[in-house]
Amino acid sequence: MFGNLSDRLIETFKNLRSKGKLSPADIDATLREIRRALLEADVALDVVKNFTTAVRDRALGDEVSKALNPAQQVVQIVNEELVKILGGEQRKLAFAKTSPTVIMLAGLQGSGKTTLAGKLAKWLKDQGQTPILVAADLQRPNAVNQLQVVGERIDVPVFAPEPGNGVGNPVTVAKDAIKHAKQKMFSVVIVDTAGRLGIDEELMTQAKDIRKATDPDEVLFVIDSMIGQDAVNVAKAFDDGVGITGVVLTKLDGDARGGAALSVASVTGKPILFASNGEAMDAFEPFYPDRMASRILDMGDVLTLIEQTQKNFDETEARAMAEKLAKETFTLEDFLDQMQQLRKMGSLKSMLAMMPGAGQMRQQLENFDEKEIDRTEAIIRSMTPAERRQPKILNGSRRSRIANGSGMTVTDVNSLVNRFEQAAKMMKTVAKGGVPQMPGMPGMPAMGGGFGGGRPGKSAKAKDKKGSKSGNPAKRAAEEAARALGQNPSETSSGSGSAFGLG
Amino acid sequence: MAFQFWKRKRQDPATQVEQETPGEFSDAIDASSEITAESPKETAAEIHALPELEKVELPKRSAKKGIRSLFSKIKFDPENLDELEDTLIQSDFGVDASSAIVADVKARAKKYGAKTDKDLKEILAAVLEENLENSNKALNLSDGKTPYVLLVVGVNGVGKTTTIGKLSNWLVQGGFKVVIGAADTFRAAAVDQVATWAERAGATLVRPKQEGQDPAAVAFETVDEAIKQDADIVIIDTAGRLQNKADLMNELDKIRRVIEKQAQISEVLLVLDATTGQNGLAQAKAFAEVAKVTGVVLTKLDGTAKGGIVYSIQRELGIPVKLVGVGEGIDDFAFFDAKEFANGLVN
Repeated sequence: MFGNLSDRLIETFKNLRSKGKLSPADIDATLREIRRALLEADVALDVVKNFTTAVRDRALGDEVSKALNPAQQVVQIVNEELVKILGGEQRKLAFAKTSPTVIMLAGLQGSGKTTLAGKLAKWLKDQGQTPILVAADLQRPNAVNQLQVVGERIDVPVFAPEPGNGVGNPVTVAKDAIKHAKQKMFSVVIVDTAGRLGIDEELMTQAKDIRKATDPDEVLFVIDSMIGQDAVNVAKAFDDGVGITGVVLTKLDGDARGGAALSVASVTGKPILFASNGEAMDAFEPFYPDRMASRILDMGDVLTLIEQTQKNFDETEARAMAEKLAKETFTLEDFLDQMQQLRKMGSLKSMLAMMPGAGQMRQQLENFDEKEIDRTEAIIRSMTPAERRQPKILNGSRRSRIANGSGMTVTDVNSLVNRFEQAAKMMKTVAKGGVPQMPGMPGMPAMGGGFGGGRPGKSAKAKDKKGSKSGNPAKRAAEEAARALGQNPSETSSGSGSAFGLG
Repeated sequence: MAFQFWKRKRQDPATQVEQETPGEFSDAIDASSEITAESPKETAAEIHALPELEKVELPKRSAKKGIRSLFSKIKFDPENLDELEDTLIQSDFGVDASSAIVADVKARAKKYGAKTDKDLKEILAAVLEENLENSNKALNLSDGKTPYVLLVVGVNGVGKTTTIGKLSNWLVQGGFKVVIGAADTFRAAAVDQVATWAERAGATLVRPKQEGQDPAAVAFETVDEAIKQDADIVIIDTAGRLQNKADLMNELDKIRRVIEKQAQISEVLLVLDATTGQNGLAQAKAFAEVAKVTGVVLTKLDGTAKGGIVYSIQRELGIPVKLVGVGEGIDDFAFFDAKEFANGLVN
């Protein structure tokens, strides 16, 4: 994985800012990135091909060339097209005119049918329906048992006349279940069937027979959001074999991007009705196409983020910073300025949460203490201007004064100074050797090890991915500087941690 | 494929009889194939060092029925291998691996002057095989430090319990004495499901003392019981967990630590559904980090999915595929053979 789509798109668009217009070549470069992102999200290849063609047609049209920021316009188009496919035919669960409503579940082994049957039953029950679960998976060892336990947990009756484990005829069970439901006045019948492969003709025929016998109002195809390219084959096989009316996406609480949703929706044209996202019985909700689109693209709220960054990061200040860097006179004073710039953008936590891919960093985010910035600021503010400009003059008594003044310990002051010196050294190298083409979010890098002891390796990696990728080289240089400052979180020696304040 | 497996010799006459039978399977073992688990010399040395060891031969199984060709429809042309790349992507190899494979095939085709469809297929099979081959593909059941503990992990719904059923059946048939620990105390009726399999396989089952018991406690009791019974193999079933759930992953770490109080862990098997897409790599990474996965079991290969993600897992993480599941029957299970797999995909 080389960063997420938004990172790569911004990278692709970097050169466009000056031009302001997208050429067909620019758009093709963009589409290559989009293709790649979609494939990495497990969208089926044929679906990707059709999709990129559609995006290309629109991107070449007027709406892009006339847009203020063509690059962002393309992202917008991609998002819209995704939502269109995912939610083109959004609808609610269909209920029968005369009870009971029959819902049949079908899917591969392990896609989560039995768990979903329980969740669906609970959801319906909470809406005032009187559901009954039908154990028609007589194949898998103890599937009947499992459904009974699930039913017990949510307090929904289970119709299970056969013991399962290969004993009994699921078609008969399903047929009897409808009769039973009519007699006992249940309003919804949920038929859990055995997992089967699309190419297993015998079992597909059986599924068709169950459908014939029960005449369901909904045949929901249950599919694991982690499935890869095979999603199209499977979805097709079930649609052709059993005939599905809707789709349910399971295990969305994982970190799979769930491109299968797009594949299934575009291959079958059937709406995705529900998303199942956790082990608890109420971890179940209607499907939101826009959320899914962002997830597939791993976009985060990137548009807002771009706007905020541009609004608040002062170009002139950034340029001055870059000049400073070149002259190798980066001081603690400059660092303070940088931090204040960062502050203008609002709460760091909320900023980070907007970052694409932030989902994976959630834990580090939780550990990140914004107070660390305050503490670093306090230390620097307790220094005299001369000290800030020349940290070298900081002797023992000065350090102890600063510690007292800022309410921190001498160790904290020491570690801040040490980190600064290291960073300054690194920056010299950077300035001499020119600015490397590493993306950096303004200020972001300065947070360095701020993500706490958690998993330093991981957070460092995550950081590398993020970035504003400013089109302005001077700005990038400044970002680089800030990044350099925050590095080497692992070298923090003091127990209180906050090496370079933020770090 | 012939792997060498050893267990400690026991005095119990009942088990002795059972062990004397492998003669009928010996024909099935291909004598010429290389021993990959350990070099023959080392193994020989170990027999002398630990004379109480006796050889175990597992009944032969084949994965052939599970592997379907990818490329029957493709015409290979050395100048234009786009179609090959597409096919690889459609088999979940991923964008990067697919283009790397295509580049490799192109380079070799040029070097050897390969022109025909057949030549190119051979080259492709060779590339796939080389990258999927791993010297550590046997199950680590050879050092005699019994009980060998196998910890089975994976996300929800990949077929962990079924895998355990098939695996224990196989091991019992080979003459090992197997104890299964039902440490999936979370999912409804998971214990009953593994109990059914244990019964079919003829393995002993250690159940949780009460519903929702700490899985680590079950694992501990299982190993304890296995040592008491002088069993050869312990297999621990764990609840399916998504790799991004930190607390559940920590639970796995705890299970590991608790087992290691009494025995070494011989294998940590990550069960991976062949239909899994690019998330499979994320799964392997996370489980490798927490549970120290030693091998992958690729299940549900009998469907239309090809499981191409294992290619990236092997290449990026060096974790070999050790076993494959190819159907719902108790015998639909085999060692992974890179050559067989590669040839099966290509031809």
